[in-house]
Amino acid sequence: MPESEALHASHVLEYPYSRSVGPVIGAFLTGLRDGRLLGVRGAGGSVIVPPTEYDPATGDDTGELVEVGPGGVVESWAWVPNPLPKHPLARPFAWALIRLDGADTAMLHVVDAGGPDQVATGDRVTVHFRPAGDRIGAMADIEAFVPEGGTA
Amino acid sequence: MSAAAAKAKRAVRRPVSIASFAQSENVRRDDQHNEVEMLMPVVAEVFANIGITKNDIDFICSGSSDYLIGGPFSFVTALDAVGVWPPMPESHTEMDGAWALYEAWVLLQEGEIDAALVYSFGRSSPGNLNEILALQLDPYYLAPLWPDPVSVAALQARALIDAGKGSEEDFAAIASRSRKDALSNPKAQVAHDIPVETLLRDEYVVSPLRRHTLPPITDGAAAMVLAAGDKAREWSDKPVWITGFDHRIETHSLGGRDLTSSPSTAKAADVAGVADGPIDVAELHAPFAHQEIILKEALGLDDGVTINPSGGALAANPIMSAGLIRIGEAAARIASGQAARAVAHATSGPCLQQNLVCVLEGE
Repeated sequence: MPESEALHASHVLEYPYSRSVGPVIGAFLTGLRDGRLLGVRGAGGSVIVPPTEYDPATGDDTGELVEVGPGGVVESWAWVPNPLPKHPLARPFAWALIRLDGADTAMLHVVDAGGPDQVATGDRVTVHFRPAGDRIGAMADIEAFVPEGGTA
Repeated sequence: MSAAAAKAKRAVRRPVSIASFAQSENVRRDDQHNEVEMLMPVVAEVFANIGITKNDIDFICSGSSDYLIGGPFSFVTALDAVGVWPPMPESHTEMDGAWALYEAWVLLQEGEIDAALVYSFGRSSPGNLNEILALQLDPYYLAPLWPDPVSVAALQARALIDAGKGSEEDFAAIASRSRKDALSNPKAQVAHDIPVETLLRDEYVVSPLRRHTLPPITDGAAAMVLAAGDKAREWSDKPVWITGFDHRIETHSLGGRDLTSSPSTAKAADVAGVADGPIDVAELHAPFAHQEIILKEALGLDDGVTINPSGGALAANPIMSAGLIRIGEAAARIASGQAARAVAHATSGPCLQQNLVCVLEGE
């Protein structure tokens, strides 16, 4: 068949399912809904954020939940000049791995800064939650992180 | 553990040879063939290379992902490329074909079979890779934000720059060299000779990654025949032997890893015995240019090692096949006499999360 005759049609394949988030991830997501950031204490006393039921380094059960943030430090970042349709922000933004105050690991989220010259590794940022009534217990409850001292 | 004990731990119990390898043309979009039609000539070639048929093999293992094609159980349909009657023991990994190869190798180690066919196929063109690959991430903390593969790799590249382990010029040099080497690879999708200075004028896709540091989107397929015992000698005068093989994984939490190093690759390299002898050629599955720097360090490769003479994944990146192709390309260098000992590597997951290391030797 000549190439010009190839037929094309859109096709959506979905595997719908619901998940139980359990006592640790569930606590973190509930914390987001309440406007708080939680980590969990790992085997060696380190604080893992976002929290997991096990210490990724040892496989041991993790312990108590501890509050972290709301500020943190950018450990790495990547500037998105042309956001994709499903990205959290429609305007240019930075992905960032953010180590929240009190945490020993970094969390991925976005930094809403004006341009690539306004974010750098080592910068301090702080969480900007959506309004309480709009929060549902999901990562999107955080609208973005913003440069500390900047305007949200 | 003593050195002798460490050696014994990783000793390959039963020599297995790569008896034959074949791959399709790697193209940006093949919408003229379905998966079976893509695989059929590749499977025919991998058998014809050594004059065998499917009746000469004992086991089939494939690697692919339904998410790419958008068709459930596409790996079952793909078996038609080999022919399913009479029935034969068969398995599938929802992973790159390099891991299907590992499964077949383990079964060959057990000694119950003497020959296996491994194949893999990936059609990346039908769907939106930026969205499909976000779905492989942690479903609670990462996937809901839809971080695309370029963005995630860019976080790793930035960390590498910050750590002083690489620069944008280094990334461009890797891309330039790889695609220049690909000019001699008839199966390559992207092959050209463009100097670093020109590449550095590219726009950022997601900074610090410019367009040239990204892998192409590729449709392609590959197949390999493994042989042990008498069949290894029967099918080749100079077998290429797998002398070390291991794979390891790291946490799915991106922020819980040091993205500038690859401890899983280093561990797999140790168990596979990469450092037990000199390496002539390395075929590294580094879809993003900067990842070659991390892998080179983790594998302990010095500057004398020829890296990715095929052009690597920067020249063609058929997802689910690109890792298996690295092993096939490394084996080809040994079979042709260009190398005596080679290491091949495959990766899976974001930022080199999971890594497989295979050591190959000639006679």
